[in-house]
Formats: sequence, structure tokens, C-alpha cells
Amino acid sequence: MSFYRSQVLICGGTGCTSSGSMDLMSAIKSEIKKHGIENEIEVIRTGCFGLCELGPIIIVYPEGAFYSRVEVKDIPELVEEHLVKGRILKRLVYHEAIENDRVKSLNNVDFYKKQQRIALGNCGVIDPEEIDEYLAVDGYKALEKVLTSMTPQDVIEEMKKSGLRGRGGGGFPTGLKWEFAAKQVNEQKYIICNADEGDPGAFMDRSILEGDPHAVLEAMAIGGYAIGANQGYIYVRAEYPIAVERLKVAIKQAREYGLLGENILGTGFKFDVEIRLGAGAFVCGEETALMNSIEGKRGMPNPKPPFPAVSGLWEKPTVINNVETYANIPVIIRNGAEWFANIGTEKSKGTKVFALGGKITNTGLVEVPMGITLREVIYEIGGGIPNGKKFKAVQTGGPSGGCITAEHLDTPIDYDTLTALGSMMGSGGMIVMDEDNCMVDVARFYLDFTKDESCGKCTPCR
Amino acid sequence: MSNMENKCCCCNCGQPDERLEKVKKFINDHKDVKGGLIPVLHFIQETYGYLPEDVLEHVSDGLNIPMTEIFGVASFYHFFSLEPKGEHIIRVCMGTACYVKGAQGILDKFARELNVEVGKTTEDGKFTLEATRCLGACGLAPVLTIGEKVYGRLTVDDVPRILDEYRK
Amino acid sequence: MMEMIKFKIDGIELEVPKGTTVLEAARSVGIKIPSLCYLKDVNKSSSCRVCVVEVGPRLIASCTLAAENGMDIKTNTAKVREARRTVVELLLSNHKRECTTCVRSENCELQALAKDLNIRDIRFEGEKTTCPIDDSSTSVVRDQEKCVLCGRCISTCGNVQSVHAIGFANRGFSTVVAPAYHKPLSDTVCINCGQCIMACPVGALHEKENIKDVWNAIADPDKYVVVQTAPAVRVALGEEFGMPVGSRVTGKMVSALRKLGFDKVFDTDFAADLTIMEEGTELLKRLESGENLPLMTSCCPGWVKFVEHFYPDMLDNLSTCKSPHQMEGALIKSYFAKKMDIDPAKITVVSIMPCVAKKFENQREELSSENLQDVDIVLTTRELAQMIKEAGIDFANLSDEEFDNPLGESTGAAVIFGATGGVAEAALRTVFEITAGKELEAIDYEVVRGTEGIKEATIELPNGKSINAAIAHGLANARKLLDMVKSGEKKIDFIEVMACPGGCVTGGGQPIIDAKTREVMDVKIERAKAIYDEDKSLPIRKSHKNPYIKQIYEEFLGEPNGHLSHELLHTHYQKRNRF
Repeated sequence: MSFYRSQVLICGGTGCTSSGSMDLMSAIKSEIKKHGIENEIEVIRTGCFGLCELGPIIIVYPEGAFYSRVEVKDIPELVEEHLVKGRILKRLVYHEAIENDRVKSLNNVDFYKKQQRIALGNCGVIDPEEIDEYLAVDGYKALEKVLTSMTPQDVIEEMKKSGLRGRGGGGFPTGLKWEFAAKQVNEQKYIICNADEGDPGAFMDRSILEGDPHAVLEAMAIGGYAIGANQGYIYVRAEYPIAVERLKVAIKQAREYGLLGENILGTGFKFDVEIRLGAGAFVCGEETALMNSIEGKRGMPNPKPPFPAVSGLWEKPTVINNVETYANIPVIIRNGAEWFANIGTEKSKGTKVFALGGKITNTGLVEVPMGITLREVIYEIGGGIPNGKKFKAVQTGGPSGGCITAEHLDTPIDYDTLTALGSMMGSGGMIVMDEDNCMVDVARFYLDFTKDESCGKCTPCR
Repeated sequence: MSNMENKCCCCNCGQPDERLEKVKKFINDHKDVKGGLIPVLHFIQETYGYLPEDVLEHVSDGLNIPMTEIFGVASFYHFFSLEPKGEHIIRVCMGTACYVKGAQGILDKFARELNVEVGKTTEDGKFTLEATRCLGACGLAPVLTIGEKVYGRLTVDDVPRILDEYRK
Repeated sequence: MMEMIKFKIDGIELEVPKGTTVLEAARSVGIKIPSLCYLKDVNKSSSCRVCVVEVGPRLIASCTLAAENGMDIKTNTAKVREARRTVVELLLSNHKRECTTCVRSENCELQALAKDLNIRDIRFEGEKTTCPIDDSSTSVVRDQEKCVLCGRCISTCGNVQSVHAIGFANRGFSTVVAPAYHKPLSDTVCINCGQCIMACPVGALHEKENIKDVWNAIADPDKYVVVQTAPAVRVALGEEFGMPVGSRVTGKMVSALRKLGFDKVFDTDFAADLTIMEEGTELLKRLESGENLPLMTSCCPGWVKFVEHFYPDMLDNLSTCKSPHQMEGALIKSYFAKKMDIDPAKITVVSIMPCVAKKFENQREELSSENLQDVDIVLTTRELAQMIKEAGIDFANLSDEEFDNPLGESTGAAVIFGATGGVAEAALRTVFEITAGKELEAIDYEVVRGTEGIKEATIELPNGKSINAAIAHGLANARKLLDMVKSGEKKIDFIEVMACPGGCVTGGGQPIIDAKTREVMDVKIERAKAIYDEDKSLPIRKSHKNPYIKQIYEEFLGEPNGHLSHELLHTHYQKRNRF
């Protein structure tokens, strides 16, 4: 492997791709070729850096220069100045990242300062289409540890101890869910990854799949080992083509490396994963509707009980968790449950990824410890409301959640406090509204949404 | 069963329908796949741009699923279309982040400019205007897509310019 | 040992077998939980939410909630009552409320619910489903604006009948029950059995009414109006006048028909006896030649259309016999017309049937001769009851009368056509004696009776041969049977199929039994009991012993399967689209 003196990280998430980051990538590649330095500079497409507002984003290491809103016409200058001459092109560097004319380390930028990236840990760091890069950051170590030194019951105990709760909305303890499924006696069980991220304004699952698909595969295999399942399904929105593509690549690579399929890591454990595309139905984010959809039916929920852990996909015991939940699992196994349980609040452990959107300066993805206040997220990380407008409310929990007003801005965020405020955690969308937004209009918007997206089965909802 | 022959579905030109051959092979490959219906419908949607009735009859046959059930599934999901769509599909994101940043105005502007209802196709078959669920590009709100191309940080004034790109 | 579950409902300690739902358990101790979408053995979608009960902090639909140890269920709290009321109000807010003129008025489960829950006004007003009425079918009319989306019809059509003519389409508020591509019902694989009507709790599905046509014919002085009644009608009609399920009202029915103004009252049972002669002969011939076996009965028009759609390769297996009322119609317009010296063109034949598929059958082009349909109008048992009510006839107090002759005389073998297994039993009675060449005493074939979905029997004939007979009712069972025959898994000589579960006694034209009654009583068993009682009560119980049957062959037809028989009593079938 040759040594590169500089690494150029280009965000390949949906946000930045939409604003042209892939064009930038080819422009940079041809430009450095022109300068004959293609053996010195490595150009890497990564997952999402989180600060989508400023896309397309390029980060150049070792300096850690954070270039924002780069355009193709900027590339010759950028390559010439930074990569050839070694001078940071300050005019393109994110203004928050410059202090007294010097480039700050990213960890000191307000947007990143209070974040703690666990689920998003590898997003924007590794090339999601290279399994070797995942392996280089301890990828699949957790699976190895589980398969070689833990019993399924140990894994479940570890999950219970960690206090991890489902990140998809309900907040059900993951370890308990696994335990229920593990207790069922059945030769066929299933593990499902719910990647039908449906709440408008929430896109953390997409970012994780785009930025760190192997983490999800690894976690699903761990779950399979814990409950005794050898088949997994990832149900992902058809509207996420990049995520689907990266998952396909990741599954293929994992199979080639013997990390999926028969006899994983030579332990005799067998587990494989299949991708199923959603087809545009919000209700399929609900677990029983999702399973009906995988079965090829109309995505209509079934009554619970029976719960999926008892009778789920094709009436077999099934564990279904969402993407962000899975993304936490390899790290928990590697670092231990106690490490994880030290983060967060008493009943909500760990971190939560929020998607900041709407009338906020820094739209994008942030991952913060549970218990941080809304004010910190919106003002310190999110940079507050643009154009000098006044904050009116923040909507959390998706269409079935609620709007939280200014008086509750100092509430520490966790599952229970948000529920107490009449909203909910949901999948973590946070949409900020300013004085110009009409709340009646917003309420109507959500009602229309829920009406349109109702499956139509039951009387009250249609 | 005249419509089951391998003829081009859209006209009686007598040409063998290559798309149908592809679809039939795909159906055959999914015969024993549990829950294979939705992947098959995706493939047909991708191949034809919608779900033609005679093609669904092959699905019913191949997968041994009654037509009413296939139709029920096809009409349940937004992604599937039961009628042909326009050459360009304009999908305006109506996720919350886009909505609070004025997506409704942009959608309305398209409807006016194209003189077409949301969800419908223009008379010349050139454009289909759709309101779509959150595309997850909230950082660029409000956004829309035409084909693979994404347009972000839009204002109502951008609409005519965007349409001009496709009207040529 | 069956595992038992202990729990409480409204303070009552209960012990039920594992798997029992809360709804079933509650009803077993006399607690009445209202329900709408739930239909025993057919539909358990828990979608209407009418049957919610309180379980801890949650409201859960009790129809699909399996009882668990230690549960403490409350069925009568303010929260429960309010939730149920809200649900019914929501249903009513999108329901075409024309109750007084609705065909299901006073026989509507939604109306009954609203009454029970004391709903006096509807708080919700909003968008309503708009959808034109689909009356394209000869048999079934669909009014989507009355539909409550309970799915009972879909489960019936799909699971019980395996026809899948209708399903849910679209979603959210736009959800409707519809054929694929919203086609008119007449363009679908619907086999017109009308079991969807029997399942519908409201007036969204009903038969195509032909009452007016009959009144007009009766009023027309130039018309000679002859009526015939199917075997199953006489054991159900009484229910429409408040009599218990399973009452036999043959004599009152004949009396009422005369009072309505029909010129002659004949019995389809006569033609049923004739069918046995024709079909029995056909069976013996096919057994002889070994061709087109198994022979499949053809008296059920729903079944016949089912074969035409889904098993076109087996059309030759169907008996070529017309169904009994078509035979009777053909004879009325030939034999009877000649005998009475009436111009057949002036005769109107009305069939009172337990069936709506007969409304399709009588319009088949092949069931006619010289441009005259064998049967002109088909009414269901329900429509007949309607006419009797309209005419102000005090049905319960009518005295018994007899059918007219010669086409009104029949045997016990004909009566049992009304229940599943009946045609097979009647055929066996005759075939057995013909091959034996002498009279036999034991004629009750218990083995082909009963409500099991598929019944099989091997009958050793006196001539040393044997017949493998199979009987199916409910088309999903028929499909199973045919697939076994096609795969070679079963070797069968004779198949009797009736499309409706239970046979004609529970046909799609019979009095509608609501979901609650269905839970406590198996109507098909009760009505079948009446059928077999009628059989027992008759002096002659074998078709070939019917003196008028002998007479008609001597005077008119010649011999079974003879030339004239073929012309008048036999038919052919056509392949239909599978989709």
C-alpha cells in the first residue's frame, strides 16, 4: 500500500450527492492527475459528515480543513492551493471553523463540540464501500468476540445491561426484545432491520446505511446469534437508492470475507441477509405492517399481541430493530455494556441521533448524549434560528409526535421527558419552526399526512 | 388468452416484447422466493414505468397469486403506478422540513405552470407532477427530483427555469 | 391435556382453553361484546374496533385477543363505551344512511349497533366516499357507499370460495373493496354464488332484485305465469316470518304462491328426480366406457362457472345435465305447454331459488330453445318473502296446500338436493337399485351427509363394481379436491360439488343470518336437518320410483339420455378467462 501525504474526504451522502459532490470528486481526481500528484493524494468518498446545510462538503486531512459549499469551478484553485502548494484555501473553509484566521480542529467547531458520535461513529470517516476500511476501525471485532467468547445468553445479558432502547420510536429495551425471541422454541427465526425510515425530516438511518452499512450487518449477525436466527432481512425505502446500493456492496463483500453466509469465522454459525425494498408506504415503518410487506402483502398492521418476538415474519419468532439501534450494538459489544450505560440519563442510555431541519441554521445530523437540552441542540449545535427570526416550536417524534414550544427548551431530552411533554422521541426528527410558521397550518399538514398514509384498515384511523 | 402472447404490450406491431421476456424470467426466478411479489412489481415498474394489466396476469400465473391480491398490493403502495407516467416525473418533496420552508408554494407553481393536477400527467405526456414523501435531503430543503437529478434550496422563481431545461 | 387459561372479565373468574379469544370467552358467560367485522370461522381482521375492551391502560380489540393468565378485562367502562360509540359514529359518518329504503333495513348489523349503543347524533361530518353502484352483474349488486370495509366479503370470496373476485384496493380513506382494476363485477371471475351477500353486515352487497318483473308478468293477462321452487327454499322461507331456523313450510309456501297469483305452482324437485335419471344414466355410461371420469355434477351454477374459469380442461367432466330448474323450465315450455295447449312464448317461468347464481344461469344463451329461455325470472327466497309481505299475506297462518301436477310431484331423493351430499345420495339410491335389478331397503347413505368440507365414500355396487364418490362444498374445498384428482393423488369416479358451504340450504339467496346467530348456531346443520326430515316424511324416496317421472318418459321423453332428453335436458359449457 502506498503512502499518501494527504487524504481528501468527500461526502457521498444523499444530501451532498444531491448538491453535486460526485461531480466534485471526479473534478478533483482529474485535477490532481493534471498536477501529477495522484499517487500522493487519496480521494475517498465517505458517508455523511452531518452538516448537510453546508454541502457539498470536503475535508482535507491531515489539516482537517473543512470546506463547505464547494462548487466544481472552485476545484482547480482548491487543488492548486491546498494540495499542491499546501495552503489552506480559507475562502472556502466553513466560517465557524476559522478563528483568528486559523483553522480550528473540527472537534472545536460548535456544531461538533457537544456531539458524541457512536452510531454515526464511522460516518464520514471510512469509505462505506470498502470492507477493509471498516475492518481497520475494529469492524466485525464485536461479531468475532460474540461468536468466540460469548454464549447467546451472555449477549442478551450484555444488551440488557447496556440499557439500549429501540431508536425507532417506541424505545423498547433491545435486550428484552431479544430475550423474548430467544426464549421461543422454533427452528426458524428471523432478524429484521427496519430501514423504512418514514418520519418526514428524519434521515439518520439513511445516513448510517450510506456511511456505515457494515455496522448494521454486523449487528444483525450478532442479533441472529443471540436469538438463534440465521436469516435477516433489511427492509429499506426504495427512495434511498444510494443506501440500497451500498448495502448491496457491503453484503457482497461480507459474504466474500466469510462474515455472512455459512460457517461465519469458522465457528459454524450461519447467517445471511437479504434486502427488501419498500414501495412508498409510511405505515410500513410499523413493525407488523413491515413484516406483511416483506411477505408481499398490503402493508397493513396486525393486532398485537401476538408480538413479533413470538409470532412475526411468516409467523416465526422475529426480532425487528431499526438501523440506528443496530449501529450502536457493535460498539456496545466492543466497549462493554458499562461504558455505554454511563452515557445518557437514568432510563435512556447512550446517545441519540437527531436530524435537524426546518428553520435552523445548521440543518443536518447530530448525535448527542441523552439528557442534553433542546436549547443546547437547537442553539449551540444547530446555530439557532436564521435571519434573526424568533423560535416558535420544535416538532419531534414525526407525524404522531408533537410540537414543543419555547418554555420547554431547557428540558433534558430522553424518551420519558419527551413523552411527558406530550410529544415523543420517535426516530429523532427535529423540525424547527420560526415565527412565520402557522401552527394551525402545521397541524393540518400532519393530519393530511396521517390521513393519506393510513393503511385504511381500521375505522378510527381512516 | 390472446393477450398472453409475447407481443409488444403498447401496440400491435407484432414485435416480440423484449421487456416481457425479461419480466417473465424475473418472475420465474422469484417463483420460490418467499414474499417475492413486491420485488417482482418493482422490476415491472422499473421496466415499463408502470404496471400494465397484461403483465400482471403473468405475475398472477407465475407466482400463483390472485389478481385481486396483486392489484390490492399495487394500489396500496405509492411507488407503483397503474397507469403510464410522463416522460419526466417531477417529485416535489413534501416532508415537514421542506413544507415549513415553502414546498407547497413550489408544488402549486408547478401545477400552474404545467396546468396539471398533482399526481397527474400533462396532456402532452411530457411531465408527471407528484408530491412525494420526505426524500431525506432536508439539508437542501425545499427539494425536488426530476429523474435522478436533485434540485435543492428552491424558491418559487426557480420553477420556470427548471421546466425550461426539460422543455427543449 | 389442553392448557387452560385463568383470567377475569368484569370481575368474573374464568377458565378457558388456551387460544380462546376474549370475545369468545365473554360471550360464553353471557357478556355481550358488540362486534362488526368479526365473522366466526371466516373473518378475524380486528379492523372495525367495535369490540374493544379495556386491558390495563389499553383498549384492545377482543375478537383477536387471546386470553392470557391473569388478565383483568373490563368490557363496560365509560372509556370502552365511548370508544365503541366513537367508532360507530365514524362508520356512520361515511355511510350512505338511507336506512328506511335500504334492502337490509331492520336486518343490518350496523343499524343494530347504532341502536344498541344509543347513537342519536353523529358528531363527525366530513368527506364521504363517492362511488357509483356496480350493478353490472346479473346476481350481485355492490354499493361501495354503504361499505364498512369489514372485509367479511373478501375473506368469504377468497378463503371460503377461493375465487378472489374482490379484494381491498387503494389505501387510507380511499380504501375500497373492488375487483382488480376496478372492473365491473360482470367482467371478473365472480361465480355469482352470493356468499359475499350472506357475509355483508350492511346493504353494501345485495342480490339484483327481479321482483318487479314478476309482478308485471302476473299482472299481464296475456302471460301464463308458472312458478317452481327449489328444495332448499321450503326449509328457510319461514325464517323471514319469524319462525325458527329449520322450520319446514312447504305447504304454506305453496299456498302463498297461489295467493300471489301464479297460474301453476310446480316443484323443482320433480326435475331433481329427472336429473337423477339423466345423470345416473350418464354416470353408468361413463363408468362403462371409462371416459370423462370423474363425472362432476352440474346442478350448481356457481360451481359450473368456477370450472369454466379455473378448470377449463375439466369441462368434459361436468355432467351435461342442465340444472333441475332449467330442466323443469324446458319441460314447462314443451311437455306442459303441449299438454295444456298453451303457446310457450306466452309462458313465463319463475324459479324461486336459494341462490343468486341462478340469476346468471337462467340468462345463459345455451339454456334456451327456439329463442325462449327455459326460465325467465329467478327470485331468491328473500325476494319471495318480500313479495309475500308486500301482498299482505299472513304467512304464519296459511293452511298447507299441495303442488300442482304433473310437474309438482317428487320424492325424498329430490328434496335432499338441497343439502351437501344430497345429489350424490339421491344418485346412489337409484344407481344402486338399477344395477342390483331389484328393490332395496337400506337407502340412507349417512357417509355422504354432514358438514365436513370434503367427504369420500366407496360404494360397492351389486354388480361387483364400486364407485369412488367425493363430495365437496365451499369452493376452496372443491379446488382442493380437483387438485388432488388432477395430480392423480385421488382416483374418483363421481364428484358432487355445491359452491356454497352446506349446499343450497345456505345458498346466497337464503335468509341472511347475522354474525351473532352464526356464532351460536350452525345454520347449515339446522336447515339440513329439516331437509332430511322432509325426505323421511315422503312416501317415495327414490327418484326412479316417482310415478310422474315414469310417465314423462313414457309419454314424452322416451328414455334417459335419449334424443329428446339431449335436446331439452342437456347442455354444454364454455371456457372463461382466468383473471
